[in-house]
Amino acid sequence: MSDESNLPSGDLLVVLRHGPHGSLWLREGLEAALVAAALGQRVSLLFMGPGVAALAANQQRGPLEQKGTLPMLEMLPLYEVEQLLAVEDDLVALGLGAECLAVPVERVGPAAVAALMARHPLVLNF
Amino acid sequence: MRYALLVQGGPYSHQATHSALRFAEALIRRGHHLETVFFYHDGVYNAARLLAPPQDEPHLGDAWRRLHDEHGTRLQVCIAAGLRRGLLDEREASRHGKAGGSLEAPFELTGLGQLVDAGLSHDRLITFAP
Repeated sequence: MSDESNLPSGDLLVVLRHGPHGSLWLREGLEAALVAAALGQRVSLLFMGPGVAALAANQQRGPLEQKGTLPMLEMLPLYEVEQLLAVEDDLVALGLGAECLAVPVERVGPAAVAALMARHPLVLNF
Repeated sequence: MRYALLVQGGPYSHQATHSALRFAEALIRRGHHLETVFFYHDGVYNAARLLAPPQDEPHLGDAWRRLHDEHGTRLQVCIAAGLRRGLLDEREASRHGKAGGSLEAPFELTGLGQLVDAGLSHDRLITFAP
């Protein structure tokens, strides 16, 4: 887990607080992140609360034909979005160890959330 | 200061729109400028042309239009979020083979790039979400 002084900074922090499939929040948050990155902004993603479920590996389409968001996560490196952070306690609550994750993330403590928001001039919350 | 608002709650379903409009009126009264409102997620329903609330409830669509008419506020609707929820202007409607648009000026369909731009080019971007 990184201490606060090592936290990344950037132009935009996108906070993702909803899991895949249950609503459009996650998909529309990731769409905003990808568009900002395509426009040359330095984007960081913070997964917290149920949003950490987005990181689980081996996700499929939803049984109700929702598209799912894993392909979008896999596209992030193409858009040079490389600052992925997740709240450690929320990963633990869902039993998501490093071996369960589809993409590598930096695990942060709850105090880092405020520090990350302070390090990005623009924060979008989904 | 130059303000932009991001509205992500549907009209009437959630408090977000009511709060955003109150905030808009307050900041203008204090001498600030509300240049842009961006509608995303279920907030795009604010742009529905046919909103018809009961007479004893505030007309939220008209309240946004008034902001545009009196203060020149741009009313921008995310096109991707709008299209999948049935918010189309005449041009998009005919492109998709639909009879009649459900969104009209002063609301305008625009890309998410405009949201990023609003966040970077205004002094403040304030989010109203459910």
